Amino acid sequence: MNHTENAAAVHPVHRDDVGARMGMWLFLFTEILLFGGMFLAYAVYRFQYPEQFKIAAMELNTSLGTLNTVILLTSSLTMALSITALQKKNKFLSLVMLSMTIFFAFAFLINKYFEWGAKFSHGLYPGSEELLAKSNGEIVFFGLYYMMTGLHGLHIIIGIAILLFMLVFIIKDKVTYDNHVKLENSGLYWHLVDLIWIFLFPLFYLIH
Amino acid sequence: MDQGHSKHEHHTPGYGIYIIIWLVLIGLTSITVTVAGIDFGMIALAIALFIAAIKSALVINIFMHIKFEEAIFKVFLLVSGMTLVVIFLLTFFDVYNR
Repeated sequence: MNHTENAAAVHPVHRDDVGARMGMWLFLFTEILLFGGMFLAYAVYRFQYPEQFKIAAMELNTSLGTLNTVILLTSSLTMALSITALQKKNKFLSLVMLSMTIFFAFAFLINKYFEWGAKFSHGLYPGSEELLAKSNGEIVFFGLYYMMTGLHGLHIIIGIAILLFMLVFIIKDKVTYDNHVKLENSGLYWHLVDLIWIFLFPLFYLIH
Repeated sequence: MDQGHSKHEHHTPGYGIYIIIWLVLIGLTSITVTVAGIDFGMIALAIALFIAAIKSALVINIFMHIKFEEAIFKVFLLVSGMTLVVIFLLTFFDVYNR
């Protein structure tokens, strides 16, 4: 609480950084519930078709999944470092780290493109004849796979857009060492995307 | 002002902690992948979820700064987390007893 009042006293423009972060967290909770509902659907169907989920999961590329996990974890690191660098008044390092985060985000999407591309070329996409010929459990597995990783991928794309805006804001000194709540909130969003992947990865790629 | 600001800076971790946490996260990922290769049967899922829970706790506390935030943030997190747990428990109570 003290911090809020102090921050308002220092800056001529009224600002509430704690309130801004709190608002961001409230938004993140709606995201958690959105994905939570899908994880719930996943849990119920996995409980119903354990063997068929196992068979379907063998189609997924564990190495690509692991690589994407490492890429996202590393992008989370560069995101956190970018914020710290800005707080330590090192604008250049902050820009470098933020650019690396965006680079890793693109790398993740490129991997995802190849991964999905391989599935499509094997005739495994929602509604395909090959998929519909499979058992119910496998159809549900791939439905959940495309829905959940697809929505996650959409979050990555939105994240890239937000981070690009932050890059411009830092370059133009709209986001600075003493006014960085925008960058912090973008970071929170980015870490959430990482957080969701932490659960998606073992649940889809590591069933044996 | 200075008091408040230095207080905030004091709570802002340096570069080091993030790199350590990143190494731990990478380590946990390799453990999870290795363990998945071994046939643990029914508890394999429990192990995978347990490791994922540790990883998410690290991300939330350190990367997302919850550890350094005011108490109300932790209360919010607890309430939303518990909401999710209750939804899962009630749904499984239903599914399991069908």
